[in-house]
Amino acid sequence: MLTKKAGPMTTLSRTASSFSRRVVAGRWLALRAYATPSGQLKKTGLYDFHVENGAKMVPFAGYSMPLLYGDVGQVASHNHVRNSAGLFDVGHMVQSNFRGPSTTQFLEWITPSSLSTLKPYTSTLSVILNETGGIIDDTVVTKHAPDAFYVVTNAGRRDRDLAWFKDKLAEWNASEKAKDGPVELEVLENWGLVALQGPAAAGYLQALTSFDLKQLTFGSSAFVPIEGFNLHVARGGYTGEDGFEISIPPQHTVEVTEMLSKSPVQLTGLAARDSLRLEAGMCLYGNDLDESTTPVEAGLTWVIGKERRETGDFIGAEGVRAHIKNGPPRRRVGFVIQEAPARQGAKIYDDSGNEEIGVVTSGIPSPTLGKNIAMGYVKNGQHKKGTPVQVQVRNQKRKAVVTPMPFVKTNYWRG
Amino acid sequence: MQAALRRTCFLSSRTLPRATSTSRVLSRPVLSRSIVTKKYTEEHEWVSFDDSTGIGTVSITEHAQAALGDVVFVELPAVGIKVTQGDQMGAVESVKAASDIYAPVSGTIEAVNETLSSEPGLLNKSPEDKGWLCKIKLSNPSEMDKLLSDSEYKVKCEE
Repeated sequence: MLTKKAGPMTTLSRTASSFSRRVVAGRWLALRAYATPSGQLKKTGLYDFHVENGAKMVPFAGYSMPLLYGDVGQVASHNHVRNSAGLFDVGHMVQSNFRGPSTTQFLEWITPSSLSTLKPYTSTLSVILNETGGIIDDTVVTKHAPDAFYVVTNAGRRDRDLAWFKDKLAEWNASEKAKDGPVELEVLENWGLVALQGPAAAGYLQALTSFDLKQLTFGSSAFVPIEGFNLHVARGGYTGEDGFEISIPPQHTVEVTEMLSKSPVQLTGLAARDSLRLEAGMCLYGNDLDESTTPVEAGLTWVIGKERRETGDFIGAEGVRAHIKNGPPRRRVGFVIQEAPARQGAKIYDDSGNEEIGVVTSGIPSPTLGKNIAMGYVKNGQHKKGTPVQVQVRNQKRKAVVTPMPFVKTNYWRG
Repeated sequence: MQAALRRTCFLSSRTLPRATSTSRVLSRPVLSRSIVTKKYTEEHEWVSFDDSTGIGTVSITEHAQAALGDVVFVELPAVGIKVTQGDQMGAVESVKAASDIYAPVSGTIEAVNETLSSEPGLLNKSPEDKGWLCKIKLSNPSEMDKLLSDSEYKVKCEE
């Protein structure tokens, strides 16, 4: 028999909340594993390299990816990126080139970004929207020229994205809009993509190239000669730190990675990647974004070009415009939670604890801050910074406060 | 991680033969010959039962702490409450994951290790000694027989 008493652990049975949290996480993992048709996990070109370097490999987005290396724990790994430099294999992500006379217009149709005004060799975070304005994927779009763009999308959304691109390209290329020639998609299959991140990243990379990296400011990119290779380097990343994302042809991926991972650079896995991006307030598709979420709800209105908000003709514009005009029903915000860390699925209540107002989509104890941080969605109106809320962790509601993101100040090179 | 680790163990939990050997350690030889038995659960808890006091000391295993990584928060049960074997009675949180702690045996919580509230990392440093979680006065000591022996648990961890 269960005895229920007041106290820190009031309900002794396995609570519904802890169960649902686990079930949700399990389902998501299963879903990701299913994304690979054969049931076999895919490997990036660096799989053997990871294993040789003592990586603990785990399934992620249909790939076998490194979680941690050797005896370096998540916190040590995380701190190394904040204080020095880490190298991440992000070769599971989908790299694509879009080319053709009306590429800018095509991409301005499938995303709400202002790409006409984007300068060549600069990048922007964007979103691919469905017909109702829900986010199919978040993406980084790099313009090389009005007729040439390099686009990176999520591995976990590969099938959905590529099918969507194919459909929309067919529709576009059959229309009057492509009268000067079709837009073509080239997926850079098996290409390597690594992210060198941290305050020591620029110094390390500068020693390998004659290219003046001071000229390469946050959000810009260039083909950089690195020890005989001419590689696409984009300044930015997924950690909030200064850094570079370097695209590498398949046959050179291992060699270039070896060159980029010598001391003080540490190989860094998914564990630290998640805690770093969450401290930086960045979304993880599948956790923090999905197809039922508009960019306005997700706090990503800024990715929509200002001149496009009123009149832009992009897929999903109607839904997005309604949320801009009337306010979205819910908004993604950050939280700092007292006592216990809240994880994905934790319910959010108003300050009285009576009304459920939202749900946590990502949460961790922040290694940098020593506080429990989270992001999640709350009802519009309860989203302002400083709003006190309660978050249920296991069987107890814990005090929390709406906190602006990023949680950790970003450290980008802006020249 | 921990959840994944547990799922793996759940799958084969009922197929393993049960060894009969029990590790027995003699302690406090002066007063009485009490027998301390240490057993394990599939959920990576250990319980060390002293038959002279009827009290079992509980925490997570070395294997569990390694899988969890840096522990940052430990939620302990309240002293005096009764737990039934399998009840969620606490939780251990690392940066990586939250892991529920289930009562390995039924009984009453006699004491909890308050040091873990201020120093959760003790669970990483000394999970099977200084990082004990709580002490349970067993209401049904025969439950110990059904838990895993040291060798059975080791087999599970290698699976």
